[in-house]
Amino acid sequence: MGIPYFPGCTLSTNAKNYDLSARAVAAELGLDMEELSEWQCCGATFPLVLDDSMALIAPTRNLYQAQQTGDGKLTTLCSICFHVLRRSQALLERDPEMLERINWFTEQEYKGQVQVMHFLEVLQDDLGWEALAEQVKDVTEAEKSPLHGLRVAPYYGCLLLRPHDEIGLDDPEEPTILHDLARALGAEPVDFPYNVECCGSYLTAKEPQVSETLSQDIVASAREHGADVIITACPLCQFNLDYPQRETEASHTGNEIPILYFTQLMAVALGLPEETWGFEEHYVKPELAEIGE
Amino acid sequence: MVDRALVIGAGISGMQAALDIANSGYEVLLVEKGPTIGGHMAQLSETFPTLDCSSCIMTPRMVEVGQHANIRKLMLSEVTDVEGEAGNFHVKILRHPRYVIEDKCIACGACAKICPVEVDSEFELGLSKRAAIYMPFPQAVPAVYHLDLDTCLECGQCAERCPADAIDYDMQPKTLEIDVGAIIVATGYELYDGQAVQAYGYGSHPDILNGLEFERLLSASGPTGGEVLRPSDGQVPKEIVFIQCAGSRNPEHGVPYCSKICCMYTAKHTILYKHRVHDGQAYVFYIDVRAGGKGYEEFVARAMEEDHALYIRGRVSKVFPQNGKLMVWGADTLTGQKIEIDADMVVIAAAIVPSEGSRQVAEMLGIDVGQHGFYSPTNEEMTPVESQRPGVFLAGMGLGPRDIPETVAQASGAAAKALTLFEAAKAQERANDK
Repeated sequence: MGIPYFPGCTLSTNAKNYDLSARAVAAELGLDMEELSEWQCCGATFPLVLDDSMALIAPTRNLYQAQQTGDGKLTTLCSICFHVLRRSQALLERDPEMLERINWFTEQEYKGQVQVMHFLEVLQDDLGWEALAEQVKDVTEAEKSPLHGLRVAPYYGCLLLRPHDEIGLDDPEEPTILHDLARALGAEPVDFPYNVECCGSYLTAKEPQVSETLSQDIVASAREHGADVIITACPLCQFNLDYPQRETEASHTGNEIPILYFTQLMAVALGLPEETWGFEEHYVKPELAEIGE
Repeated sequence: MVDRALVIGAGISGMQAALDIANSGYEVLLVEKGPTIGGHMAQLSETFPTLDCSSCIMTPRMVEVGQHANIRKLMLSEVTDVEGEAGNFHVKILRHPRYVIEDKCIACGACAKICPVEVDSEFELGLSKRAAIYMPFPQAVPAVYHLDLDTCLECGQCAERCPADAIDYDMQPKTLEIDVGAIIVATGYELYDGQAVQAYGYGSHPDILNGLEFERLLSASGPTGGEVLRPSDGQVPKEIVFIQCAGSRNPEHGVPYCSKICCMYTAKHTILYKHRVHDGQAYVFYIDVRAGGKGYEEFVARAMEEDHALYIRGRVSKVFPQNGKLMVWGADTLTGQKIEIDADMVVIAAAIVPSEGSRQVAEMLGIDVGQHGFYSPTNEEMTPVESQRPGVFLAGMGLGPRDIPETVAQASGAAAKALTLFEAAKAQERANDK
């Protein structure tokens, strides 16, 4: 039995390329991930009022599924799913009354013990960066990684890291996990000051101008620091950073930066077939020539 | 009763205590880890709220200590062991070699001129360089050079050049054993440099300075001769952002306490900056302004009203270099606005923490330190200078953040306690004689 994997709604629809590349990468690395049976939407937002038990029902159902099928772990990719599941888990662990109330409603016996992991943590803790770097060397059988010389700007956003007390994935101000990944893949991580700034998140639906402004600052900062590509772990960040750079925009200059999921970068580094990359979904098409030059 | 006192630390606090005891006719051993007396006050430009030149009010004291027949100055020395009890302590002092014979050195500076080594000057906090053989600053007491063997290439040029034949590479550490009756601990402070100030970019960019480094830029005897210039490119900064409570009042990432002096010295910095750069603009991010003290509130008002420092109530979230400037992001919590300032320089009022060796000193003496490493007197209110070990008294910033007047007053208090011990023994003797 592998680690139960929770794809979530976005990875099943708009961000299929994230799911596709992740599955291909996991298989290549021998990480046994198995899609969680009967998963449902994570709830999409973590309740910000203290007694909103309603919003905890959806994540708890998924946690229960993981409890029933796996070895106490659940892995996911989307920052938002990860955020909601990890925080819900933390809340249920410290609030037995809430756990009881939810269980009473769902008529399921969730014990409150499932460990929610981001796929990045699986890579970091179960596989390790050195082992990953070795794998990259082995599969490509080349002196240099296919990503050698590629300047990768890791963009973290908010939900993957905050609030630190409950998420604890990495330092919320100076995170390094995506930097470490890029380095292990043979690329050159690029630091830029906007790497933990908010992309505008859901405002993209309600007030797109706000999120476009925020996102453009992020992309401009990465460009100033010499990035060839930006990598992210979040479908909404990916969209918010990618979409304002589309060709129909007046601001389009031909100097756009592709926004990749970290799993896509991994697929390239590991020499996986192009059909696992999923580049056709992007507004700014990652040019093959850019990668590996 | 041994009526001789040991003072550990020769900053303003230790100097004051030593002088009070020495002037009462008793012998004092003044032990200092560094090569000179003076401590942090010697690094300050001006003092608040009077804007006295710090060196000008301090140097006469240093000279007095230097020339006092009752004060034995043991520089480059550390107390390593204390046995016995009040009135009769047996003390071991490790004397590190200066590699320059104090009695022979004439402070001509020929050695430093020829020395090929260039390393960061500790006194100038890395804002200028020194040779391997150096005097920390021209008013150092004792006014003799010090050879830092760790950075020395041992080329032998200085020894060859020295007209007084004062350089001795073979000098060995010595241990001095001596009896004293009372001990005053005045080991002082340093500035916090951990995560909470690194978050403001401290340590990552030459134009992001802490308060003490900015003092050196303001100081007429400093690396720029008192001109405020950016360390990165020597340009005059036209906009400076001052960040208060950097590490202080931050229980999560820094220290939970208030460092007490930063509100005042930041106000002073804005005033002195305006006096040097007339078209310059100072911004101060603050939580609240704590100006409790005689003339202090008026001083802060002067910074705002006469020297037009712009006070912004809020915290800074981020500082990063952008287009040759330092971008400062923060919040104005009075108007609810996000603030962005393209600054030329950032000065952070880093939290005050106990000096590095103070825990070891406390352990060696068998006295208490509190949670944050400051010495804990037996009672904070009623016996603020008395430690748990009778005969060992406390003074200065080692007890917690405080300003110069309070430090000096407290040092005199600690000296009075030591003198009381000596005088009480004498009174007892007189009573016995009757």
